[in-house]
Amino acid sequence: MDNFSKRKYVLAAIFILVALAFTVRLFRLQVQDNDYKQSATRNVLRRVITYPARGLVYDRHGELLVYNKASYDLLVTPRELTAFDTTSFCQILDIEKEELIANLQKAKKYSTYKPSVIIKQLSPENYAVLQEKIFRFPGFFVQARTLREYPQKTAAHVLGYVGEVDRSKIENDPYYAQGDYIGVTGLENSYEEALRGQKGVSFQLVDVHNRVKGSYREGRSDTVAILGKNLTSTLDAELQAYTEYLMQNKKGSVVAIEPATGEVLAFLSAPTYDPSLLVGRARGANYQQLAEDTLKPIFNRAIRAAYPPGSTFKLINGLIALQENTINEQTRFSCSGTVSRPIRCTHSHYSPIALRDAIRESCNPFFWNTYSSIIRKYPRADQGYQVWRNHLLSFGLGQRLGTELNNELAGNIPEDSYYNYYYGENRWNALTIRSMAIGQGELLITPFQLANLAATIANRGFYYTPHLVKSIWSDRDEQEELKFERHETTIDPSHFDVVIDGMQAVVEESNVRYSSKLDSIIICGKTGTVQNPHGSDHSVFIAFAPKENPQIAISVYVENGVWGSRYAAPIASLIIEKYLQGQIAPRRIAVEERMRDANLLNPNQPK
Amino acid sequence: MARRNNIWANLDWVSIILYLVLVFMGWINIYAAVYNEEHSSILDMTQRYGKQLIWIVAALVIGFTLILVDSKFYVFSAYGFYAITILLLIAVLLFGTQVKGSTSWFQVGGIAIQPAEFVKFTTALALAKYLSSYNFKMHRFKSLVIIGVILALPVVLIFMQNDTGSALVIGVFLLVLFREGLSGFVLFLTFIVAIIFILTLVLSPLHTIFTLTAGALIFHYIMQQRLSETMKALVIYASLSALFLFGGPIFEINVSEVKLVLASTILSSVIFAIYSLRKGVHNLLIVLGLYLGLVFLTFSVDYVFNNVLQAHQQSRINELLGIESDPLGVGYNVNQSKIAIGSGGFSGKGFLNGTQTKFDFVPEQSTDFIFCTVGEEWGFIGTTTVIGLFLFLLLRLLYLAERQRSTFSRVYGYSVACIIFFHLSINVGMTIGLAPVIGIPLPFFSYGGSSLWSFTILLFIFLRLDASRAEKLSH
Repeated sequence: MDNFSKRKYVLAAIFILVALAFTVRLFRLQVQDNDYKQSATRNVLRRVITYPARGLVYDRHGELLVYNKASYDLLVTPRELTAFDTTSFCQILDIEKEELIANLQKAKKYSTYKPSVIIKQLSPENYAVLQEKIFRFPGFFVQARTLREYPQKTAAHVLGYVGEVDRSKIENDPYYAQGDYIGVTGLENSYEEALRGQKGVSFQLVDVHNRVKGSYREGRSDTVAILGKNLTSTLDAELQAYTEYLMQNKKGSVVAIEPATGEVLAFLSAPTYDPSLLVGRARGANYQQLAEDTLKPIFNRAIRAAYPPGSTFKLINGLIALQENTINEQTRFSCSGTVSRPIRCTHSHYSPIALRDAIRESCNPFFWNTYSSIIRKYPRADQGYQVWRNHLLSFGLGQRLGTELNNELAGNIPEDSYYNYYYGENRWNALTIRSMAIGQGELLITPFQLANLAATIANRGFYYTPHLVKSIWSDRDEQEELKFERHETTIDPSHFDVVIDGMQAVVEESNVRYSSKLDSIIICGKTGTVQNPHGSDHSVFIAFAPKENPQIAISVYVENGVWGSRYAAPIASLIIEKYLQGQIAPRRIAVEERMRDANLLNPNQPK
Repeated sequence: MARRNNIWANLDWVSIILYLVLVFMGWINIYAAVYNEEHSSILDMTQRYGKQLIWIVAALVIGFTLILVDSKFYVFSAYGFYAITILLLIAVLLFGTQVKGSTSWFQVGGIAIQPAEFVKFTTALALAKYLSSYNFKMHRFKSLVIIGVILALPVVLIFMQNDTGSALVIGVFLLVLFREGLSGFVLFLTFIVAIIFILTLVLSPLHTIFTLTAGALIFHYIMQQRLSETMKALVIYASLSALFLFGGPIFEINVSEVKLVLASTILSSVIFAIYSLRKGVHNLLIVLGLYLGLVFLTFSVDYVFNNVLQAHQQSRINELLGIESDPLGVGYNVNQSKIAIGSGGFSGKGFLNGTQTKFDFVPEQSTDFIFCTVGEEWGFIGTTTVIGLFLFLLLRLLYLAERQRSTFSRVYGYSVACIIFFHLSINVGMTIGLAPVIGIPLPFFSYGGSSLWSFTILLFIFLRLDASRAEKLSH
């Protein structure tokens, strides 16, 4: 009666096959394929970043150099957008409608449900207005960030600036993400890790409409943002400002160091710029403008420009000769003035002359003889040269001093192999490289190294790595003092006295005294003139004061300043006076005004 | 009283326990899918899980009541029930409320009733009644017409409500008819049609026709066993289609390639038919007829797809077949559903820990996509358990159906199994990307009174019939 009962097997087979197909498919979806698990996590987890405020920077007396002001980024979640009044929106925010539309398109392209920044760094005024009306614009919200603010508007080259992190940094350092800020130059860069603090991350669960539904694992994976650490800089804000005041309308650099510690008191590359130009939305445009400026305000001359040291270098040659015992304090060399050979003298003075007065007179023939005596002490010129060079290296010349600022130039003290290559082995002698006797020739020294030389002489034979940060604040009260290395020179301390006497004579007996001698403080200094084929010579002066227990050592470069005594020395003396006395003596106000008003931006100045 | 006791003893408790387990699991998963911390009690009547409990209790009462009814009543009133639901379908077209584009709901007070859900069991009853009628022969024209009418009436009415999913369910009665003696050829043809449907959409009609031609030629060779004859046919088809395809553009006949191929196919078939007739090879004509039929089918598929189906249906099919991929648009549901199930892993994220379903990434997570919650929170273990339980129930129903003495009970039993099977395959299939997104609920699992009640009624009538299988119900 039922002929088709066997067909039940066909049906059962269909049922079983479909169930089997489902099982196989489910196995592949659920067990084999891991992509779906990640997709699900991506779906619901939002990393909400809390940005800590960057650390502040103080000067050595606790004066604020850098702090933060709040800034507001406007973000949008395209998915939550509804039609809104674009005209009034643009009015509130002061932007063009086209810009808004273009940015919205970009945001949509990035993601419809993840927020992206529409406008960076709203002005506080725009933000205030927007805050009242933002409820009318669903999908938009504001995120607070911080921007740098500079109450003193000084020390731009030291402080550096903060910018958005670039792609290669993001790829190499997992800490950074697109849109994060990072110190690009200066202390902002070298103390980035201390200053930035630690971003906090909280994981939030969101639903399909991007509404926050709670925290992930009750916040167990969240981290709290850690504030950036504050820095106490070695700079003296007042002195720094004064330096910039004096150096206006001039090119050059000033570096002042506390000899006993290596702490940099003032650090200027002139012309400088207002650090607040490189903050916020205008940074790009302002940077462009600064970069295109023919005076190169961004260029850090103090560590990036290397000049021949000129006559200031004679001090070292004197010291090395004393150490090598090829001269002593009484050794006299004769000088025939402008007809001296191989190097003529530029001053007229009595002859023969000994070291102390030779420094005062900056006598080229004396130092030629001094220099050649060192080189000729050894059988071969290259041996003598090596000995001489090693003494130089012990002063930190020809190498990076290792300050915190990056891009420091090493300068140049050529190796003997350079001359072997250039002239041929044994084909050169002291005479061949005579210009180094007076700080010219292949020698290249940065203003920063020259300031360190002044500090080393002030210390009578040692220096601490010059640095710009005293301490990092671990806590509000506890400050971590930074330690820096002490370097000994190869010169015995006893040899310094005569040189220092000579430096005192420069300031008190030569024509430098008219502009640079102080009434109650002994300044020891040395002028220099750097030959400049492109215009007037550069004016150089290094000094320290007071003579006993020196508090400040300084190098001043004034490009196109013609003579060391004309600008560099008076400016150095003013800075020293300001630092040690707190004010400029009334009788020197005229000097101060003359220095301040001098405009040396034209490379050709009258002799 | 003895008889009453007899019924309880004769009830198939295995099926009832399976039913209870599935309903309970469904309720738990609905709770997880729409879990709301402000209303964390599973008994909270303002939430879907609370309401579902009401539907469950009501369903149990319905089931209990159905068992109390004399089994002869179902046989007796089969056509009556059918007529009532057909009238309801007409009424809902006229007075129903529109929900999501479908006019398939009656709003009675706070409760919405969907007549299409109930038409399944009444159609099953009507079909069972007709197939068990005295002297019924399947392959009589009159029988086929009546069966056609019984099935087509609800299909057409439900289609008119714009509820494609429920209409397609009726198609599953083909399996029941197959069991009752409908030629396997019909099933085979349905299968071929489905294949051609997919081929046409995936490959394009042109490719499908060439595939069919190749298939027919192979068939020809198998039947003739003479290579030279097959080669002749190949030459006729190849040269003619080449002539039409390249000749068309040369003579600047502005007709699409597909139509050119169609013309060449018809022409070469006619030539080949005349040739075969003169040779006296008549059985080749069957192959030829079948071949031409399928070629026409290809065109009609192309036509139906582009001109009859609605845009959203087209894109759902396209998405399934991988022709279009649009994970944020049409494919969003399936994509999110696959993410939900896939992210469950082997053992799942744990009860109430599913993020995909709880945070609304999966749409309709308590109704059509309830299987996602199972997959996400209970993992591979959970999904295979559910499929295992369903398979067990289906095979159990087949077994029960086969042990019936009356044709009525057997046909009805098969109907129950096949309807549940269809719902299961389409519903689970769509959540894992094996079937197009057709909005039909997962039996016993999905939220909703109408669906749960209709499946309860469907199942319990059969269990009641089975309990009195010893009695003579009809011829």
